[in-house]
Amino acid sequence: MFRRLSQPEGATVRLTVDGWPVTASAGDNVAAALLEAGFLTCRTTPVSGAPRGPFCMMGVCFECLVRIDGVGSRQACLTPVRDGMLLETQQGKREAGR
Amino acid sequence: MIGMPKEEAYDVAVIGAGPAGLAAATLAACYGLATVLLDEQPTPGGQVYRAVTKTPVQERTVLGSDYWRGSDLADAFHISGAEYAPGTAVWNITPDREIGISNSAGARLISARHIILATGALERPFPIPGWTLPGVMTCGAMQILMKTSGLVPDCRIVLAGTGPLLWLLAAQLLRAKVKIETVLDTTPRRNWRAALPHLPAFLLSSYAPKGLALMREVKRQVRVISGVTALAADGDGRLEMIRYRRGGGSETAIPTDLLMLHQGVTPNVNLANAIGCEHNWNPVQHCFVPATDQWGMSTVPGISIAGDGAGIRGAVAAEHRGRLAALEAARLLGRIDQVARDRAAVPYRAALNRADRGRHFIDLLYRPSAALRVPTGETIVCRCEEVTARQVEEVIARGCPGPNQLKALLRCGMGPCQGRLCGLTVTEMIAKARAQSPAEIGHYRQRPPVKPITVAELATLPQTEAAQKAVAGD
Repeated sequence: MFRRLSQPEGATVRLTVDGWPVTASAGDNVAAALLEAGFLTCRTTPVSGAPRGPFCMMGVCFECLVRIDGVGSRQACLTPVRDGMLLETQQGKREAGR
Repeated sequence: MIGMPKEEAYDVAVIGAGPAGLAAATLAACYGLATVLLDEQPTPGGQVYRAVTKTPVQERTVLGSDYWRGSDLADAFHISGAEYAPGTAVWNITPDREIGISNSAGARLISARHIILATGALERPFPIPGWTLPGVMTCGAMQILMKTSGLVPDCRIVLAGTGPLLWLLAAQLLRAKVKIETVLDTTPRRNWRAALPHLPAFLLSSYAPKGLALMREVKRQVRVISGVTALAADGDGRLEMIRYRRGGGSETAIPTDLLMLHQGVTPNVNLANAIGCEHNWNPVQHCFVPATDQWGMSTVPGISIAGDGAGIRGAVAAEHRGRLAALEAARLLGRIDQVARDRAAVPYRAALNRADRGRHFIDLLYRPSAALRVPTGETIVCRCEEVTARQVEEVIARGCPGPNQLKALLRCGMGPCQGRLCGLTVTEMIAKARAQSPAEIGHYRQRPPVKPITVAELATLPQTEAAQKAVAGD
């Protein structure tokens, strides 16, 4: 879905998304890393279970909520990637209260 | 590295590191005021100059010369002596200027004698059927992916909407060798009638050569369909196609993988609203704007607002508005007298006047149509709580008097975005149904915390005796 304009100069960062290994570039935020890795959807909604993905990329829409290193509902677009980060997509109501 | 501000109390705290915030903090520090700049992003620049100090897009023509203006602002800030707290969210400001902040190091309260809000703008809601589907994002979001990570689409894409950013993003993508299937231009044709008297002023402004060149650059390379009056995104679990209509014509579908929407920007007023600053409806820009004087002072003492957060006037105007706010802060805190303030303001006011030229024409020409601002039927209004236009209409018809009551009845505006993406829509829907002005309807009353904070973070904050008694009793 996305490509990089140039070879990233920053170090390669290794992450896992729902257990799948994914690489990103130091300096990416988690939402950008998910989109580059092909995860257009990062959660389903608590109300109807509809899929959602990053929408504003500037911290105002709260669509890109994911579980990061065990902490739920983090804003992926505001969180810089870190080597070894464990990312999990959030699934609807099941995640409420986590 | 993300860390806590070094001090507990400052002379000046500036919220937001876009052009207004960077310029304000730089000038405040130059006047010897202990200044801290708090910003949610990891690097300075705000959204317009996002990642300007570290973007991987080093080919300067791609993002364009206006973008690189931001690196001068960031350089000046870094040598100003002002303290910088990146990656830091502000979740509350009290009227006596206690500031609740949190970042990866935890949560804390700091205070400032004067606060300059430079919270900037956000993109106007674009509530069309299917706008919540993965694969639909804003033009601003695409531009941020480009600036921060050098990411561009590698699939079929369509841009739709109205306003300068639509054309700027299209040109930037084309310069990066991205193929754009179609640009769907929703600028209402009848806007020309209102805008035309202001065309001469626009043609004499710096916007004219840049804007016209951008549009020519795009129209030479991409199919642009103008006069689009209706849009709908469609797909099973993700975007598959965009459907559009022109006037009374039949519907046309374009298969696409990504859709970028944009219909202008509005002030990001959540923090100012939560503090209790007075806001007025701006009937030209169709949004609520904080009431400020010519120095950016809000109606709450010790709080000023600079840049697009105090009304949309663009990035260049924002930096000068930031400097004017800093001058008034320096006067209020006793660093300079009124004469020195007024003298220092002369060049900034002159630059501000230049930057404002042509703006009225742009505001009038790019006013989004009512049909694309006020949704109907099953279109989602509140994305967080998945409240549809039909539900809102029904509750209004039953007598719901305003946006705040709508929260209680439908949870509309009660999700994590706290009304940022439905506030204007809801106000306009009620205004339309009641045949009243949005000014009479008002905006959601925002409440702290304006950004999420965990209970664990709250529990680490120092508690006063009075606060403990309020919860636990004597």
